[in-house]
Amino acid sequence: MKPAAFDYVRAESLDEALEVLRTEGSDARIIAGGQSLMPMLNMRLARPRVLVDIMHLEELRKIEVQRGRIAVGAAVRQAELLEWPPLRRELKLLSLALPWTGHAQTRSRGTICGSVAHADPSAEIPLTLLALGGDIVLRSAKRLRRVAARDFFLGMMVTDRNDDELIEAVQFPAADGRRCAFREVARRHGDFAIVACAAVATDRGVRLAVGGVADIPVAREFDARVGDALEDALNAFAWDLDARDDLHATARYRRDLVRMIGRELITEVMQ
Amino acid sequence: MNLSATAGAPTGRPWIGQSIPRVEDPALLSGRARFIDDVGVRPGALHAAILRSPHAHARIVSIDAAAARQARGVVAVLTGEDIKALTASLVVGVKAPLECWPIAIGRVRYAGEPVAIVVAESRYLAEDAIDLIDAQYEALPAVVDPVRAMSAGSTLLHEGFPNNIASDRSFKYGDPDRAFAEAKRIVTVSIRYPRNSCTPIETYGVVAEYDPGEQAYDVLANFQGPFSIHAVLSRALKVPGNRLRLRTPPDSGGSFGVKQGVFPYIVLVAAAARATGRPVKWIEDRLEHLTASVSATNRATTLRAAVADDGRILALDWDQVEDCGAHLRAPEPATLYRMHGNLTGAYDIPHVAVRNRVVVTNKMPTGLNRGFGGPQVYFALERLIQRIAVELTLDPVEVISRNLVPANAFPYRTVTGALLDSGDYQTALARAVDEGGLAELKARRDKARAEGRIYGIGFAAVVEPSVSNMGYITTVLTAAERRKAGPKNGAQATATVSIDPVGSVSVHVASVPQGQGHRTVLAQVVADVLGLTPGDIRVNAEIDTAKDAWSIASGNYASRFAPAVAGTAKIAAERLAGRLARVAAAGLNTESDDIILAGGFARSRRNPDNRLPFSRIAALSHWSPGALPDDVGHTIRETAFWTPPELTPPDEQDRVNSSLCYGFIFDFCGIEIDRVTLQPRIDRYVTMHDCGTILHPAMVDGQVRGGFAQALGAALYEEYAYTPDGSFLSGTFADYLVPTVAEVPEPLILHMQTPSPFTPLGSKGVGEGNCMSTPVCIANAVADALGVADVELPLLPARLAETVRGAEAAAPPGKHNTPKGDRRLSGKGGARVAAAPEQVWSMLLDPATLAAVIPGCRGVKRISDTDFKADVTIGVGPVKGDYRARVTLSDLDRPNAVTLTGTLDGALGFGFGKGRITLAPAADGGTSVHYRYEAEIGGKVASIGGRLLDGAARVIIGQFFSSLARQAGATAAESKITAAWSRLCRWLGGRR
Amino acid sequence: MTRLSAEQRHRVRFTLNGDAVDRNCEPRLLLSDFVRHEIGATGTHVGCEHGVCGACTVTIDGRPARACLTLALQVEGCEIRTVEGLSDKQGRLGVLQSAFRRNHALQCGFCTAGILMSLDALFAQNRQAGETEIRDVLTGHLCRCTGYAPIVKAAMEAAAEMREETRREVADA
Ligand code: FES
Ligand code: FES
Repeated sequence: MKPAAFDYVRAESLDEALEVLRTEGSDARIIAGGQSLMPMLNMRLARPRVLVDIMHLEELRKIEVQRGRIAVGAAVRQAELLEWPPLRRELKLLSLALPWTGHAQTRSRGTICGSVAHADPSAEIPLTLLALGGDIVLRSAKRLRRVAARDFFLGMMVTDRNDDELIEAVQFPAADGRRCAFREVARRHGDFAIVACAAVATDRGVRLAVGGVADIPVAREFDARVGDALEDALNAFAWDLDARDDLHATARYRRDLVRMIGRELITEVMQ
Repeated sequence: MNLSATAGAPTGRPWIGQSIPRVEDPALLSGRARFIDDVGVRPGALHAAILRSPHAHARIVSIDAAAARQARGVVAVLTGEDIKALTASLVVGVKAPLECWPIAIGRVRYAGEPVAIVVAESRYLAEDAIDLIDAQYEALPAVVDPVRAMSAGSTLLHEGFPNNIASDRSFKYGDPDRAFAEAKRIVTVSIRYPRNSCTPIETYGVVAEYDPGEQAYDVLANFQGPFSIHAVLSRALKVPGNRLRLRTPPDSGGSFGVKQGVFPYIVLVAAAARATGRPVKWIEDRLEHLTASVSATNRATTLRAAVADDGRILALDWDQVEDCGAHLRAPEPATLYRMHGNLTGAYDIPHVAVRNRVVVTNKMPTGLNRGFGGPQVYFALERLIQRIAVELTLDPVEVISRNLVPANAFPYRTVTGALLDSGDYQTALARAVDEGGLAELKARRDKARAEGRIYGIGFAAVVEPSVSNMGYITTVLTAAERRKAGPKNGAQATATVSIDPVGSVSVHVASVPQGQGHRTVLAQVVADVLGLTPGDIRVNAEIDTAKDAWSIASGNYASRFAPAVAGTAKIAAERLAGRLARVAAAGLNTESDDIILAGGFARSRRNPDNRLPFSRIAALSHWSPGALPDDVGHTIRETAFWTPPELTPPDEQDRVNSSLCYGFIFDFCGIEIDRVTLQPRIDRYVTMHDCGTILHPAMVDGQVRGGFAQALGAALYEEYAYTPDGSFLSGTFADYLVPTVAEVPEPLILHMQTPSPFTPLGSKGVGEGNCMSTPVCIANAVADALGVADVELPLLPARLAETVRGAEAAAPPGKHNTPKGDRRLSGKGGARVAAAPEQVWSMLLDPATLAAVIPGCRGVKRISDTDFKADVTIGVGPVKGDYRARVTLSDLDRPNAVTLTGTLDGALGFGFGKGRITLAPAADGGTSVHYRYEAEIGGKVASIGGRLLDGAARVIIGQFFSSLARQAGATAAESKITAAWSRLCRWLGGRR
Repeated sequence: MTRLSAEQRHRVRFTLNGDAVDRNCEPRLLLSDFVRHEIGATGTHVGCEHGVCGACTVTIDGRPARACLTLALQVEGCEIRTVEGLSDKQGRLGVLQSAFRRNHALQCGFCTAGILMSLDALFAQNRQAGETEIRDVLTGHLCRCTGYAPIVKAAMEAAAEMREETRREVADA
C-alpha cells in the first residue's frame, strides 16, 4: 500500500499551481490537506503524474466575510474553520455538520475546499454548501468563474471543475438568523454517512438537502406543507434519490431515513 | 521447604492475585517496543510485495512478468511454479488426495490469493513492479455459499473433494434417536453464522533468510503458534526441523488467533529468500490482511432439541456445515472440532447426535480466531435455549438453570467426552442475576415497552474451554484411521527458570504473548515461589526454535497461558526452590524442611535470624559447584515440561476431552433498538465469569473487556462479506467496521473463583469466553425486543427495517424498487444526438468512433466486424486505471438496436457488462438514444471502493454515451455541441 | 518553479520532538515510513495506511494527524512530535503515560502511541477537556485489545492530574 511515483510541486504562487494544471491537465492533482487523496494514492486508485501542494500559498489561507458571504480559501483546514470564532453565528449549519466530517485527526489536515473538490456523495461539507446555496470559485490560468453548488456536483466524485482549474475558495451565504438543522446516520461515528440531512429555512419554506443516497448531494424545497402532503412530498423525494443497496445499508432503509429524518428536520426548522 | 505461595510478598500477601503494573508497559508507552517491523534487517535485505488474484475462481492463463523483472530495483519475480519448485505442499488436515500451496498454482480459488511475489529493494519498488505483471485469467463459476457448494451441480474447487466436501462425519452419543422419537416437543433453530475476524492492529510480518551452506532457513515472524505448525513449515520448505529456525520478535501487536495464519506466508517469503539468496522482508498491508490473511469460519447449523414440557433438554441433534474457504489449511477443520467435547455447553444433556460436514468455497481460507469454534456453536445452542423458552412460554433463566450441570457433579463427563473440571454454575447464575440487577433490568424493559420503545433482554450461558488437547482434531478421522495414524493427545507446556552468577533469576517460556502481559504474570508466579519480588525476575517470552525448550503445543492459543504455561513456570521454579532449600540448609546448618524462601532470603523457619541472602545461595552453583550438597546437582537452570493426563486421545466411540479446563460464563444484557435508525444500543451488559484462580485481576478484566468488544463487533458491525460471485467487499477499515470507543459500552464484570483441580495454579483460560457468549446474548436480546425467531449477524440496522416497519410506503407512480439485495449494477438512460439514426449506427460499428467515444481509449483493434479490443484508461474523479477492454456487438438490428457486451480488466479489477442500445429517430432529425445495462465489477476496486462503485460505474457509462452524443453531434451540427454536452453531463451525472 | 521529480530524493527539513531533521526523500514517501524507517523512530506504528486505525497518529504543529496520510515533503518546516517525545531521555513516563500504565489501558500496545499523541494534543489545546472531548478524539482510533474503557479512564485521570498541576502552579505563582 504505497503510492505510485509522482513529481511534487510545492507551489510558491497561485500562478505556478495553475500553470501545472494548464500543462498537465488531469494528470496533475492538487494536494491540500490530502485526507481524501492520500488514501487513494496509497491504494493506487489514483496515480497522478504530479501533485501540486498549495498549502504554502498565503492567499488561500483566508476566511473572509464579504457582502453577506463567507469565503473559505482552498488552504483553510477543517479544524481551522471549526475553531473560527464567528462560525456558530455566521454558519450555524456548518458548525453542526463539521464535527461529523472524519475525525479530529483528519480535520486537522483536511481542507474545506478539498472535500468539495473530492465530491464524495456522503460528505458533509458539499452537502452543507448545497443546502446553504453556496458557490464554488474556480480559477484557471485563463479565467475565474463562480459556479453554484447545485450546478457543481455532477456525479460520484465528478464535478464541473475543468482539469485546468482549481477551487480557489468556496463561498457560503452568511446566516441571516435562518433556522437550520443537521442530522446524520452512519454505521459508526466518523464513518461515511448512510444518510445525512441538512435543512435550512428559506423564504418559501425549507430546503432539505440529502447526502449519502444519490451520487451527489441533492436538495429540494419544501413549502409549508404539513401532514399527509408533507409525507407524500418526502416520499417522492426519497424515491427520486434512486437509493441503492450496499454493504452497509439497503435502499429501503435509506429511503426510510430520508422520510423520517426529513420530516423531523423540516418540522424542527419550520417551528 | 515451604512452597506455599505466601512465601514471597513482603506483606505476606502473594504476588499472584495482585494487579501489579505490567513490566511490558514502559517500553510500549514510550515507543521503545520492538515489533517485527521495528527490529531492522541486515544490510542488503530485500522487500516483498504480492500480486493477488482479482477473481474468486479462475484458471490462470498466463503470467507475463517480463516488464516487472526489468523494473527499477527488482531482484526477482516468482510465480506459483517457481515456488512449487522450491517447496512441497502444505499438509492437509483430512485424508484426501490433494495439495495445498501458499500461492496459486494454475488456478486461483479466492479473491486475494497470491499469484506472484516480487522481491525488490524497497516495498515501494516492489509494488511498482506488481503493477507491471500481466496476469491473464479465465474466470470460472465461483462457489460461495457452503450449503449450495455441496449440491451436485456446483463447480468443484479441488478434485480431491467430491461435492466440495472435505469431510463428512456422523456421531451418536447415548441414544438420541430414541430420545427424539419419544420427545413431547422438538425445537429447532437454523443458523447462518457469518464470517469475521479479530483483525489485530498490527498485520503479519516475516523476515526470512536461507543459508545454502547449511541448507537452513532462519525466519523471524510474528507467528503466534501453535508450534505444531513448525512441522508443517519444515516439511513444506523441505528441510528437517532443525534446519528451520523460527523466531518471534519481542513484541507483537495483537493476534487473537489470527497470527497463526501467517504460516503460508512464511513458506512464501522463505522460498523467495532462497531463490534470491538475500534476506527478504514482507510486511502485510491492511488491504492484504482483510482480503487474504485468515478468517473465522462461517457455518450453517441446524440444531434440534428433544425437550420435555418443563424445558429440560433430553437430546440434541447437531447438523453443522463448516465453510473453511478455498483451502483446508492446518489446523483446519479444527474450528469445527474444538468444541466437540462440550457440544452440550453448560448443560446436562444425555443424548447427542452430530453430523459434521466441512466444505470448501471460493473464499479466504480460515484459521484461528479468538473463540475458535465457540461463537458458532454457542450461537446455535443459546438461540435454541431462547427458542425453547419462547415456544414453551417459560422464563429463559428457568430453562437455563433447569438444564445446567449440577454443582455436585464435577468433574462431570459430558456425553461427547469432555471432562468439565470444576464449577458451580447455579451459584454463578444466581449471583449474576442478583449482583447484575436482573430484576431492575426487567423493570426497565417493561417501562420502555410501555412507552412504545423497542427493548429486549438476552441471556447466554457458556462453558469456555481452554488448553486444547492436541489430539481433538483427530476426531475428524474415524477410529480406524486414528489407529493407523497413531495416537495424538496432550498439551506439552514448557518453562525454564535460570539463575545467573550473581543470583538473579530469569524465566523463559514459549508462550509468544501478543499483549496479554505474560511476562508480568510469570514474574509474579516465580517471585512467589522464590521469595523474591516480581522486579527481581526477568522474563523472556520470545521463542527461538533453535535454542529454546518448546513443543508442538507451544504458542499463544486456546487460552493456555494461565492454566498451562504459568503453572509450568511454577513447577520449574518449585524444583529449583527445592534444590536451593537443600543448598541453604547446608549453609544454615538445618534441614531443608526448615527452610523458607521469603523476602529475598533463605531462612530457617524455626529461627528466622538464621538466614542467607537468596542471591548468595542461588549463585553458589556457578562459583563453587563443589560446595553444593551431593544430591543437589546444580541450581543453574531448570526446564519443566508439563502435560495434563486428562487430555487423552479420542476413544473408540469418538468421545474426546477436547480441552483441559472449562470456565463458566453467564451473560445477560438489555438492548434498545432506536425507532429511527434501528441501531441496537446496549443499555446494560452483565458478564459473570468463573475462570478458576485469578492470577492478575486487572489482566483478567482486560481480557474480558477486549473479548467483549470484539464480540460486540461481530454481533453488530463486522463481516467479511462476499458477493454471490465471490467478490470480497470488506477490504478496508472503512468497510470492515471495527467498533470504536463510541460503540463499546463498559460491561459489568463479575467473578467467581472455582479453582481447576487439573492445573498447577488452579486457573483456567478466560480470554475467549465473551467471543462465545456475547454475540448470541446480544442476538437473544434483539430477538426478544422484536419478537422474531430469526436473527442474523451482524445485526445490520437496515436488515431490521422490514421486521420493525413492515412493508414500505409505496413508490410514487413511475418509480420502482431495485431488486432487493441485488448488488449488480444496472441502469438505463438516454441521450439526444444531433445525427440521424443511420449515422449513429455506423458510428457505433466503426472502430474509429469507438476509439473517440470510449473515454481514454488507445487503439481499437478490430478482431471481426463485431468484435473489438482496446486499451483504455478510465478515470472517475481522482481514481484512474488502465484496462484491457473487449467489446462484442450482437443482436444487430440496423439501425434500430444493438447489444454491446464488454469486459474490462486491469490492475484495479475487472468488469463485465451488457447493454442494449436502441436508436429512434427524433422529430428534429436527430436520434434519441436509449440504453439499458447490467454490469458486474470485481477485484481490488470492489473490495476497497465498494461504496463508490455504483456511482463510479454510472459515471463511466454516462461518459461513454455522452461522448457518443458529442461525437455524433460533431458530425452534424457543431454549434449545438456545447449545450448538448453540458445538458447531457448534468443529466447523466446529476440526473436533475 | 521547482518541480521535485518522482524518482529523486529531495531535501526536507522539520523538527522531530524538538530535534532538527534535515534529510532527503522521494516525493511519494509517507511521513509514517519516513519517521520509522529513515529516522528510526519506530514508536509510531502503521496499522492501515488509509487513515482509519489511528496507529500512526503524530502531531504536526500541535495538531493530531495521520502520518500515513501525509507525505514527508508536506511537513517541510513543521514541528512534528511522536511518542518518543513524551518521556524524557531517561525514559521516565509522563503523566499521561503513567495513567495508562496504572489503568492497564494497553495490552499489545500497538495502538497506544497514536492514542497518546491524540490525547497529548487534546490536553495541550484544552486543559479543561473532559469525558466528552476525550471520547470524541478517541473515536479516531481503533484498539483491538482493551475494549477502550481503561483508556478513557486513564485519560480522565491524566486530565484531572494535569488540571490539578496547573491549579497548583497558578496558586504558587
Ligand atoms: S496507519 Fe495511519 S491511520 Fe491507520
Ligand atoms: S492495545 Fe492492542 S490494539 Fe490497543
